[in-house]
Amino acid sequence: MEKTGKIYGINGPVIYIKGKTDFIMGEMVYVSEERLVGEVISLTTKMTTIQVYEDTMGLKPGDMVYGTNQALFVTLAPGILHNIFDGIERPLKSIAEDSNSVYINRGISVDALDKNKKWDTTMQVKVGDTVFPGTVIAHVPETKSIIHKVMVPPGTVGVVSEIKEDGAYTIDEEIVVLTLDDGTKKSLTMTQIWPIRVPRPVNARQSVTKPLVTGQRILDTLFPIAKGGTACVPGGFGTGKTMTQHQIAKWSDADIIVYIGCGERGNEMTQVLEDFSKLPDPKTGNTLMDRTTLIANTSNMPVAAREASIYTGITLAEYYRDMGYHVAIMADSTSRWAEALRELSGRLEEMPAEEGFPAYMASKLSAFYERAGYFENLNGTEGSVSIIGAVSPQGGDFSEPVTQNTKRFVRCFWGLDKSLAYARHFPAIHWLTSYSEYAGDLTKWYEDYVGEDFVKCRNKILAILNTESNLQEIVKLIGQDVLPDDQKLTLEIAKVIRLGFLQQNAFHKDDTCVPLKKQLKMMQIILYLYEKCKELIGMNMPMSILKSEDIFERIIAIKYDVPNDKLKMFADYKIAIDNFYNKIMETNA
Amino acid sequence: MSVSYLGLSEINGPLVVLEGVENASFDEIVEFTVEGIYGKEKKLGRIIEIYEDKAVIQVFEGTESMSLTNTHTKLTGHPMEIALSEEILGRTFDGVGRPIDNIGPIVSDIKRDVNGKPLNPTEREYPRNYIRTGISAIDGLVTLIRGQKLPIFSGNGLPHDKLAAQIVKQASLSEDSDEELVIVFAAMGVKADVADFFRRTFEENRVLDHVAIFLNLANDPVVERLITPKVALTAAEYLAFECGKQVLVILTDMTSYAEALREVSSSKGEIPSRKGYPGYLYSEFASIYERAGIVNNSKGSVTQLPILSMPNDDITHPIPDLTGYITEGQIVLDRALQGQNIYPPINVLPSLSRLMKDGIGAGFTREDHQDVANQLFSSYARVSDARALASVIGEDELSLTDKKYLEFGKAFEEQFVSQEEYENRTIETTLDIGWSLLHILPKEELDRIDTKILEKYYNRY
Repeated sequence: MEKTGKIYGINGPVIYIKGKTDFIMGEMVYVSEERLVGEVISLTTKMTTIQVYEDTMGLKPGDMVYGTNQALFVTLAPGILHNIFDGIERPLKSIAEDSNSVYINRGISVDALDKNKKWDTTMQVKVGDTVFPGTVIAHVPETKSIIHKVMVPPGTVGVVSEIKEDGAYTIDEEIVVLTLDDGTKKSLTMTQIWPIRVPRPVNARQSVTKPLVTGQRILDTLFPIAKGGTACVPGGFGTGKTMTQHQIAKWSDADIIVYIGCGERGNEMTQVLEDFSKLPDPKTGNTLMDRTTLIANTSNMPVAAREASIYTGITLAEYYRDMGYHVAIMADSTSRWAEALRELSGRLEEMPAEEGFPAYMASKLSAFYERAGYFENLNGTEGSVSIIGAVSPQGGDFSEPVTQNTKRFVRCFWGLDKSLAYARHFPAIHWLTSYSEYAGDLTKWYEDYVGEDFVKCRNKILAILNTESNLQEIVKLIGQDVLPDDQKLTLEIAKVIRLGFLQQNAFHKDDTCVPLKKQLKMMQIILYLYEKCKELIGMNMPMSILKSEDIFERIIAIKYDVPNDKLKMFADYKIAIDNFYNKIMETNA
Repeated sequence: MSVSYLGLSEINGPLVVLEGVENASFDEIVEFTVEGIYGKEKKLGRIIEIYEDKAVIQVFEGTESMSLTNTHTKLTGHPMEIALSEEILGRTFDGVGRPIDNIGPIVSDIKRDVNGKPLNPTEREYPRNYIRTGISAIDGLVTLIRGQKLPIFSGNGLPHDKLAAQIVKQASLSEDSDEELVIVFAAMGVKADVADFFRRTFEENRVLDHVAIFLNLANDPVVERLITPKVALTAAEYLAFECGKQVLVILTDMTSYAEALREVSSSKGEIPSRKGYPGYLYSEFASIYERAGIVNNSKGSVTQLPILSMPNDDITHPIPDLTGYITEGQIVLDRALQGQNIYPPINVLPSLSRLMKDGIGAGFTREDHQDVANQLFSSYARVSDARALASVIGEDELSLTDKKYLEFGKAFEEQFVSQEEYENRTIETTLDIGWSLLHILPKEELDRIDTKILEKYYNRY
């Protein structure tokens, strides 16, 4: 029998049903004859509370609420990639087509994934095979870049008793029939459903050893994130959070990108959709959208769906991880998600903790970030989910609760700085406030695959930057002229590092994504220049003579002047530095 | 729907509670007839909470003269709607969209729900065409794009109204276009003088028949302010997406709107978040600011220019802070520049236009635009360091480069930022001034400009 209830009260996105009901905590419900999607969030004998994922305008007390006996879930099957969904996995393109409107209307019922499309399917098992949870039963080329691996859902073990020929099937057609242990038959389609608030099961968590290479120098070199790692990007408005996320989504070496626009601007999602449909994926040459799925819950969409969008995104990511892919999630921004929690908590009149946020915000944040990791999947493959979460602290103040709590659960902190952004130094990640706990874990990988001295160079660069910041304190008080020459040199080299290495131009065709080898060469050449200048200074050459040559400017311009595929040109720069050294020696010795 | 309920069970600030209602729905508009001491009075209200047969109603005109016994309440059966046609141009309305210019009502079958609906991101078109305002600091460094939402962060006593008026006067779409800009002007809680100033400006520039004015003045009911921007934006969306016009919406002052929201929230007894503002301030702002843009299959666009005064000039106050997170940049006015008699006193460093990067450069403005802008930003940021140092050790002790930066800073403020109230600069003029200023600095300091661009343009000036 269908469970129903009658609306008693309505307060914004929250509705109440009076009296004791049979609904289950977390159950998905349909509200009124418009069938707005909602979720049960609290139950007492006196009152059932439901949050509604759509605008509640026009609802009346007495309207019916229908139960589904299911927790809020997502549909998992081919068709997820190269698509854009709202916070509860409704495809926005289909909504636009169905409603023939530029607006998102209410109570629209569309299938999450296209049920009519026939997918080319190649079977991977045969009759008589025993299959386990996660066993790949078929391959479907979902996009040009990605093979979708259809798997046995968690909790199912059996022997294949019937199987369809290779061919074109829809996601709802039966492709395999299993005989379970108890002799019953179970038919499998390409579709799985999974509740969004429950992590998908794995065999074991593994330690992280490989970096997620992003092509962004300050990230890869100074503050690397591992595959399966977590990072947060906090920054006030206009400091470049979204830009950083876009750059990683475009250039990182993840197989799949899940981009969650949580409570952000509509135009930004449109931009991602337009750009990613045009830009080529550096790995495969197909468009970036072929490896991307977008979840767009813009700031003016209903607040409850904003809260759900983060979970929808990570569940999709886990599903692709189960196939053995490395997935990276961009969550922009987790502060909007926390504010959605606060807004709903306020409507429920819960006791607030810090700044009105509910006390359970921290535990919800940690549960989210812990769904990242490098795993051995149920089917024995390895896959990872990396989370990069933007944080929009109020007033740009990092001491606010969302930033502070996020900091507890992530191991990479890329702090964006207002003054760098004002000077248009991008990425405006500040090298003194940022850190990465993965640097140690990844040392071996860098030494094995990039260069033995990579980590050494990195540490030297960091040391120079730190010294610079101390010197700047003095400069601020007495000016640069009175410093001794060796300290002036440190400042000059630090400037070369800041302008020539840390600053990176996202709109320059070579500079937007830089391979690790070039990053290493750039560090080496800067440090070589430093060594040579130090020798000269050691021989009492004043800094003014060194500065009379244009070698510093030339090194800064390397990022533009040396194309990413012509790393041999670095040899010329070494010669140029030697020439500079010799020339100074000849004319001034 | 002609059932009328007599009496109320509670009146609390702008809220009233009505019990025993049947068939009322959430967000529905109700009409009150109040038999006050001075005769019958009509008021409008909106149902904001509802429990079984008990509705909490927010009264737009305020609850003055209402009593528990003298009020008749009638349900309208629909949310707040306004009648729309192209006739609204040239007209003046009150804060809830009723004509107040004595020319009679707008007669039209087209009625729209003022709450609007979220635009589907797949149906949006990414804005790329710039709007020339003739103001160097904006065109050169914080370029306004058609379909953008770009607020002016100001403070009391700063010339934000003058600036907005100058933008209205000078705003032309790209040069070769003959499309006209229409303006929707919404005032929330502004002084009568300010409203008058804008009206005069429109009149002087003979654009009054291209303007729809929605007025909620400082002495008008507070709660009405909550609906004014929504009414104005509904009109703007209609003109843009259904009539295909290029619409510029000026909303002033968003701070009054937020204050009104706080007032209602505290009457409802809600848990406050920052500085007493309700937790949903962000969502409420978003529901206003996100109603800008360009959509597929329509020629029109909605560009928003909201004005807000930062309480105590504090950019980290929740109102400018949350606004900055939603809008696509901001133009920040600065009291120190105002003190130096620089008009417009735009502090370019915290100012930003997020859509600028895709709407300028070759094919839009000029190929060197982005580089010049980057260099000006970066050099001007250095100026503040040099100034700070000069205030400690004295200007004489500065290095030669730092002295050059001081000179550059002064020239930048006086020649680039500063301009006459009637001066309408072309984008070429703006960039040329930029280049001539960069000549003050040693050439090797120009590290943000691509070598090729530098070679091509540097020696021209």
